[in-house]
Amino acid sequence: MSVPTADHTLDEILNLAALHFKVPREKLTPDDDFFKTLGIDSLQALDLLTRLEHHFRIELPDYELQGVSDFRTLANRIQARL
Amino acid sequence: MLDLRQYACLGAALKDALERWPNETCLIEADREREKVRLTYSDFKEMAQPLCRALEDADFKAGDRAAIILTNQSKWLISAYSIFFSGGVLVPLDYKLTAGEQLQLLAHSRARFLVVEFYLWRAITQSPEFPKLAAEIVLVTEAPAGADLRGAYRWEEFRRKGEPRLVARLREDTACIVYSSGTGGRPKGCVLTHDSYLEQCTSLTAWYPFWPGVRYLSILPTNHAIDFMVGFIGPFVCGACVVHLRTLRPEFVRDAFVRYHITYVSLVPMVLKNLERGLRAKFDELKPGKRWMLDRLIGLNKMLTRRRPHVEISRRLLPQVHKAFGGELLALIVGGAFTDPSTLQFFYDLGIPVTCGYGLTEACTAVTLNDLKPFRADTVGKPLPGTEVRLLNPDGDGIGEVAVRSRAVMSHYLDDPELTAQTIVEGWLLTGDQGRFEAHGHLQLVGRKKNMIVTEGGKNIYPEDIESVFEDLAVKEYCVFAANYLWPQKTLGNEILVLVVRLEQNQQFDDRLREEMVAQNRRLADFKRVGGYLVWEKDFPRTASLKIKRGELAAEIGADAARGGVVEI
Repeated sequence: MSVPTADHTLDEILNLAALHFKVPREKLTPDDDFFKTLGIDSLQALDLLTRLEHHFRIELPDYELQGVSDFRTLANRIQARL
Repeated sequence: MLDLRQYACLGAALKDALERWPNETCLIEADREREKVRLTYSDFKEMAQPLCRALEDADFKAGDRAAIILTNQSKWLISAYSIFFSGGVLVPLDYKLTAGEQLQLLAHSRARFLVVEFYLWRAITQSPEFPKLAAEIVLVTEAPAGADLRGAYRWEEFRRKGEPRLVARLREDTACIVYSSGTGGRPKGCVLTHDSYLEQCTSLTAWYPFWPGVRYLSILPTNHAIDFMVGFIGPFVCGACVVHLRTLRPEFVRDAFVRYHITYVSLVPMVLKNLERGLRAKFDELKPGKRWMLDRLIGLNKMLTRRRPHVEISRRLLPQVHKAFGGELLALIVGGAFTDPSTLQFFYDLGIPVTCGYGLTEACTAVTLNDLKPFRADTVGKPLPGTEVRLLNPDGDGIGEVAVRSRAVMSHYLDDPELTAQTIVEGWLLTGDQGRFEAHGHLQLVGRKKNMIVTEGGKNIYPEDIESVFEDLAVKEYCVFAANYLWPQKTLGNEILVLVVRLEQNQQFDDRLREEMVAQNRRLADFKRVGGYLVWEKDFPRTASLKIKRGELAAEIGADAARGGVVEI
C-alpha cells in the first residue's frame, strides 16, 4: 500500500478534527491557529492526537504536539511517520 | 513517616527512606496502558547506587549543580535522588521550554551536569546556542542505538559498581535552584535550601499525610514546585508510591485513576476543568430518569458533606462516579493558578474532596491550603503550619499585598541581589499578589500587583519575556501589559496580555498591520500569546535613557481607556 501524499494527510486531519470537535469543516484551514478555530486547550489537542493515531495506525509521542498550533505543521509531523 | 527533624539534608532523608521500606512499591511508570516500570524502595536503591558511584568517579562535588530536563518518569526521580545523595544542587528545568530557553537557563545556573531526554537533547544540539553549553557531563536517556550523542553519555550506561558514600549537606545549604519564570527577560532562579524543603514537607504532611500504600498520581511535571514536593519528596519520606504517566492524554489519565487506585493527585485548573467537562458530558448522556436520580443523590451527598467530607458515604451514594476515579481518592489538590469556584464545587458535591491552595516557587511549594474543615470553594485556604501571612497596607476593604514569612521561603534569587532586595524585605517575601482575609482566617486572592499573568496551566508569563517577538512590528512604539494590571478588578481569572501600540503620525491601523501582529504573535507558544491589542493615541512616557515608564503608561491607559477597547486577536 502506498504512502498517502502530504496534502491528502492534511485533508484527512482537517476532516477528523472537524468531526471530533463538532466544528464545520469550512471553518478549518491548514495555517490558522487550531486552538482558536477549534476553541480548545492543549489537553483537548492531545485527545485529537489519539484520534489521529487510530486513523493513521501510528503512535505519536506527546512531544510531537509541543509547540505546534497549526494543522499543516501537525500534518508534516504525522507524514514523517507514515 | 520519617521524623524529618533528625535530618540535615534531603539526601540523608531519602537514603533512610529507601532503607526503611525496602519492600513497599515506591514508583510505577506507565506508558499509555502499558506498565513500564514498577520499583520497590529496594529496587530503586539498586538502580540509583550505580549512578551515585559513577557521579563519585566523575568527580562530582558537594555543591555542584546538576540539571534535569525530562518528562515525568522513573529516571527523573532516580537522577534527582542520585544528585542529592552526591551532595549536589538540583536544577529542575521545564521540558516544555524551547531549546534556546533551556540553554539560557543552563548557562545562568552554571550547571556542570545535565540529564536530558533524547528528543530534547536532539533539539538542544540543533540550536544555534548549542556551542554555549558549558555542562561537562551530559547523560541522555532512551537514545536510539546508533544515534550521534554529540559527546553525551547514555544514561543507562553511566554506571559504576560499588557502594557510594552519601555526601551530607547542612540545612542552610542550597538543595535546588528552581526557575519560577522569566526566560526571555530576567531568569528568576529561586535558591531553596534543604531546610526549606524539609520544613515544607513537614507542614504539608501534617494536613495531608502519606503512608505506605498511598498512591500519588504525578501528572504535573516533577520540575514544578508542587509535584516535586507532593510527587517525590513527600511520598518518599513516608514510604508511599508515586505513579508516573509518560503521556498526559486524558483517556490514559482517566485509566490510571482506576488501574492504580489513586489516593492523591495535584492538578492545575486546566486539567480539573478537563475532567469536569468529561464528567458533565457523561451526565448529559444519561436518560432523564437516571439523570433525575443522579441529581437527587448529588443533592443528598451535598447535604451530608456540608461540614466536612465523608468519602465512605459519598462512595456509596455515587458508586459509578467514584469507581471512575479508582474508588480510593482522598483528595484532588489544585493550585498553580486561579481556579473557578464552580469547578471546585462541582467535584466536592460529587463527594470528591478537592482542596485549593496558593503558593509560589519563591515560597518552596505552598503558602496556604484548604484543610477541608469545612470545604471552601471561594478561598485558597489558611496558612500552613509554620507559615505567617500578612497583608501589607490594607485598604478600606482589607485588601493588601500578600507577604509571607516561613522557613520554606527561598534564600534569594540566584545572582540577583537587586531583585532579591525588592522581593524579600525585612524577612518577608512580597508576593505581588493582592488578597484579603475573610472571617474564618482563610485567604482570598483578589488581584495582582505585578504586571504578569498566570495561565490556566499554571505558567507565569511576564510581558518583558515576550515583547521582543513584536520588535519588527511597523508601528512607532509598543508595549505589552497584563490586562488586570491596566484595569485592576477585584477578582482573579480572565487574565490576558494586551499589546498596546502607538502608530506613526498619519499611519492608519489596517488589515496588513493586523495580519503582521497576528503572525508575530503566532511565533510564541500558544499559552504565551497576547489576547488582544489596543491602539494608544499618545507617545509613551520615557525616562532620560529612553526606557518606557511602564507604571506611568499603565496608569494613563487605565484612566483613559477601557478594557472593552481591547480588540481580540
